Amino acid sequence: MSARTRELVNLLLAGLVAAAAFASVWIAGSGEVSAGWAAWAGLLGSLYLVAHLVVRRTAPFADPVLLPLAALLTAVGLSLIYRLDPDSARRQLVWVAVGVGVLVVVLWWLRFDYRVLERYKYLFGISAVALLLSPSVPGLGTTVNGVQLWVDLGPLQFQPGEVAKIFMIVFLAGYLRDKRESLAQGRLKDVGPLLAIWGASMLVLVQTSDLGAALLNFGIFLAMLYAATGRVLYVGAGLALFVGGSAALYNALPRVEQRVTVWLHPWTDEKVQCFSADVVDFRQYCDSFQLVKSLYSIANGGYGGTGLGQGVFETIDGAPLIPALNTDFIYSAIAQELGLVGAAGVILLYLVFVARGMRIALVAQDGFSKLLALGLTFGFALQTFIIVGGVLRLVPLTGITLPFVSYGGSSILSNFVSLGLLLLVSSRASAAAQAR
Amino acid sequence: MNRNIARVGWTAMGLLVALVVATTYWQTWARPALGARQDNEIQRVAEFEIRRGAIVARSSGSSTPGDRAVLARNTPREVGSKTLYFRRYPQGRLAAHVVGYSTVGRARAGLERSLNDVLTGSNRSLGSLVEQQLDSLGGDPIVGDSVVTTLDVDAQQVALDELGSRCGAVAAFDPRTGRLLVMASTPSYDPNYVENRFDEISSITADCTPASPLLNRASAGLFPPGSTFKVVTASAALESRRYTPESTFFDPGYCIAYGKRVSNFDTSRPFGNLSLQTALQHSVNSVFCTIGQALGAKRILETARSFGFYERPPLETPPDERLPSGLYRNGDLWFPTRNADVDAGRMAFGQERLLVTPLQMAMVAGAIGNAGILMKPYVVDRIVSPTNSIVDRTEPERIRRAVSPRTARDIGAMMVLAVRAGTGGAAAMSGFRVGGKTGTAETGVQGRNVTWFIAFAGPEGERPHVAIAVVLQNQTSTGGATAAPIARAVMEAILRPPSNP
Repeated sequence: MSARTRELVNLLLAGLVAAAAFASVWIAGSGEVSAGWAAWAGLLGSLYLVAHLVVRRTAPFADPVLLPLAALLTAVGLSLIYRLDPDSARRQLVWVAVGVGVLVVVLWWLRFDYRVLERYKYLFGISAVALLLSPSVPGLGTTVNGVQLWVDLGPLQFQPGEVAKIFMIVFLAGYLRDKRESLAQGRLKDVGPLLAIWGASMLVLVQTSDLGAALLNFGIFLAMLYAATGRVLYVGAGLALFVGGSAALYNALPRVEQRVTVWLHPWTDEKVQCFSADVVDFRQYCDSFQLVKSLYSIANGGYGGTGLGQGVFETIDGAPLIPALNTDFIYSAIAQELGLVGAAGVILLYLVFVARGMRIALVAQDGFSKLLALGLTFGFALQTFIIVGGVLRLVPLTGITLPFVSYGGSSILSNFVSLGLLLLVSSRASAAAQAR
Repeated sequence: MNRNIARVGWTAMGLLVALVVATTYWQTWARPALGARQDNEIQRVAEFEIRRGAIVARSSGSSTPGDRAVLARNTPREVGSKTLYFRRYPQGRLAAHVVGYSTVGRARAGLERSLNDVLTGSNRSLGSLVEQQLDSLGGDPIVGDSVVTTLDVDAQQVALDELGSRCGAVAAFDPRTGRLLVMASTPSYDPNYVENRFDEISSITADCTPASPLLNRASAGLFPPGSTFKVVTASAALESRRYTPESTFFDPGYCIAYGKRVSNFDTSRPFGNLSLQTALQHSVNSVFCTIGQALGAKRILETARSFGFYERPPLETPPDERLPSGLYRNGDLWFPTRNADVDAGRMAFGQERLLVTPLQMAMVAGAIGNAGILMKPYVVDRIVSPTNSIVDRTEPERIRRAVSPRTARDIGAMMVLAVRAGTGGAAAMSGFRVGGKTGTAETGVQGRNVTWFIAFAGPEGERPHVAIAVVLQNQTSTGGATAAPIARAVMEAILRPPSNP
C-alpha cells in the first residue's frame, strides 16, 4: 500500500471518530442527530479530502499519519467548541477551511523544492523580529487581557507571533546549518547572533508581557541550537540566561510576578491583596480564579469523563464557570467531558505527531531540512506542553493556544503552514530513501 | 546530528508524557480533595444532577410506629435539558443545625456537608460504581444513599418550643449507647430559605446579639460552664482519693482566690460546717474553691479531659461545627503547663477562662449516669441504599472510662440529691430517678447571665436513659429557675412519649 493510500485509510478512520464525536455533541445538545451533524461531518471530511488530493500531487511520499492526525485534532477541537459555543465553532470551521487553503498554497508553491527558503533566511529572521514587535507599534496593536499580542487590521485581528514563530524556525534552520561547525567549536564571534536572539526574546517579553510566547520561541531556539551543535553547554547557558533574565524582570513586570504567584499558591487560607483588582479576597476568588476553576473542571472528569456535551461549564442559571474555555482552557473542557481516557488520548495524538515529526528530522538528507523539521516538531510539542502544563499547574499558566484544537484563526493558519512544511520535508526525505 | 535530534525528540516526548502524568494526578489522586473544596462550584452543580439520598429521623411515637419524619428530601426541576434535584426541608427549622443545607449558592452545612459522599453515592464500592456508570449511560440519574438519624423529633420540637425566643441550646443523648436524641439551638433558621431568601435568615433577631442563627450552639457554642463544672471538680476530688462525699468543709460564705474575695451565689446564709455532698447539692462555691486550690488546676483538667474536654466531641457533623471545651486563652484552646498559670480556686466552680459546649456537658452528665463510662455520641443510626438494604449501621462504641464506677455512683447520688432537695428541684419528675446540676455563670452585667442545667434521668433502678445539657444566654435568673424546667420538659418527652392514639 502506498503512503498516500494509507493516508486515505487513516483519514477515513479519523473521519469515523470525528463523526461519532459530532453526533454525540448533537445528541447531547438537542436530543437527536439532525442534518446539521451530517453537514458538519461532510464539510470537514471534504476539506481534508481536498488536502489529501493535493498532498498526493505535491508531496507523494510524505508521512501518511500527519494529515489524519491534524484532521482528528481539528475535529476534536471543533466538536468541543461547538458544544461550548456554536457561533465560535462556525467561525472556527471557516478558519479550518482557510487553513486547509493555506496548506494547499504552501504545498503547491514549494512543490519542487522547499529549500529555496534557505536563501532568504536573513529576510525571514528580520521579518520575525519585526512581526514580534509589531503589536507594540502605536495604532497597530491592541491589548487583549492585558497582553499586547494582537495586530488590528481593520476587520481582522491577527496574532503576528504565530507567523513569527515559523519565520524564526526557517531562519534558525538556515543560519545554524551554516554556522554549526564553528558554533560547535565555540568560536566567540558566532555566539554574538545568539546573544542577539536572547536579547530580542527578552525585549519581546518586556514589550508584550507574554511569558508563554517568549518561553516557546526561546525553547525552540535552544532545541535547534542543541541539535545543530550537540553542545549541552549552550542549552545550559541559554536556560540560565532566560531564567536569569526573567528573574530580573520578575519585579519589573507585575504580570509575570502575578502569574508565578498564582502558580505557586493558587489557594490561600486568608484573604490577600489581589493583583487584578484593588480588593482583598481569597486568591482563589480573584487572581487564580481561572486556574482553580479549570482544575475543578479537570477533576470533575475523573477516569471516564462526563461524556461529550454532559460536562458542567455553567452555573444552574447559565452563567459561565470557566473563562476563556474554548481558547486557553480548552484542555480542561476536554479533560472534563472525555475524562482521563480521552485527555490522555488527545495527548497521545500529539505524542504520535511529535514522534513522526522527529522521525522526519532523522531521515531528512540535509542539515536545513533536518533542523526545519526538528524546529517545527519541537515547537508543536513545547507549545502543547506550555499551555496544557499551565492548565495542569505544571508550569505557570500563560495564554497560548493548543495546536489545531483551540479556537483562534492565527493559530490554526500557522499550524497548517507548519504541517505543510513538515509534509514537504518528509516527502523529499522518503523519495531520496526510496531512490537509493 | 541524528544523535542530537533523537535526544531532542525524547525530550519533546518526555514533556508530553509529563502532561499525561499530571492529568492523571488531578483526575484521580487530587480529585476527592478538589471535590470537597467549598469554592468548587463545578462539583456542586454536577452533584445537583444526582438524586441525593434523604435524611430522615425516627419519630418517637406521635404517629404510627416506624414512621419517619423526613428532614431532607429532593424536588426535581427541569433546567435546560437536565433534571436537577434541589433540596427541600419539610421540617423547616426543627433540626436545621444537625441536618444543615445543600444549596448551589452557599455550599453546604451540617450532615448535608459531612455526609455528602454518602448522600451522593460517591463512596460506594467498585461494583456498584460500575453499575452506577451504566445507569448514567442509560440516562438514569445517580441515586444516593439515605441517612436515618437517631434524632427524636418530638423531643426536638419540645426543646425548640421551650427555648422559645431565648438564645440557647439543648443537647441530649442516651448515655448507654451514645445515640443523640436532641440537638436544638435557638434562634434556629429555615434551611429552605438559604438558597434564595438568605436575607430572611440574616435578618433574624433574638434576645442576644449577634443572633447568629446559623451557629449550632449545642456543639459549636462556647459558654462559661458556671457551677455545672463542679461535677467535674467533685469527680476529680473523689478520684484523687483525698476526699469522700462525707469530707467536711467550713464555709465562711466566700473564698479568697488570688487575694480577691469570691462570694457564694447566695451570700445571705453561710453554711458553716458541711460535707462535700451537701456542697454539691447546694452548689457552695467556697468549698469547691478550697478543693480547687488543694488539687491544682492540672489535676482537675485531667479529669475534665477524661470526660472529653480538649478534643472535638465525636459526631457525624462537620468538624468545624463542633468545638472542643476547655480553658481558652486569646481565643485558642490552652492546657496550662504550670498550675500557677491558672486560678484553680475559681476554675473549680466554673469561672476562670473555661469555655464549654452543651454537647460536652451532656457527655459529663451522661458519663456520671452511665457508671463512669463515656459513650461515643452518634447521630447517624444507619445508611440505607436506594434499594432499601442497609449499607451501614452505627454500633455503640465507648470512648473510655471517664471516672471509676464508685466515683460515678457517688457523684450521681449527689446530683440526685440536688434535684430532690437542692438547686435543681425544677427538674424532678415523678416515677423517674433524675440527677442534675445547675449552673449560673455571671458575666458581671445585669441580665447577661449564662444559665445551665445538666442532668441524667431514667426509670428507677435502671441506668439513665437520657443525659441532657441546657444552656441559655442573657438570663436574669438562675439555672435552676430557667434551664432546669426546659431539661425536665425535654426529658419527659423522651422518657414518656405521648401514647399512640
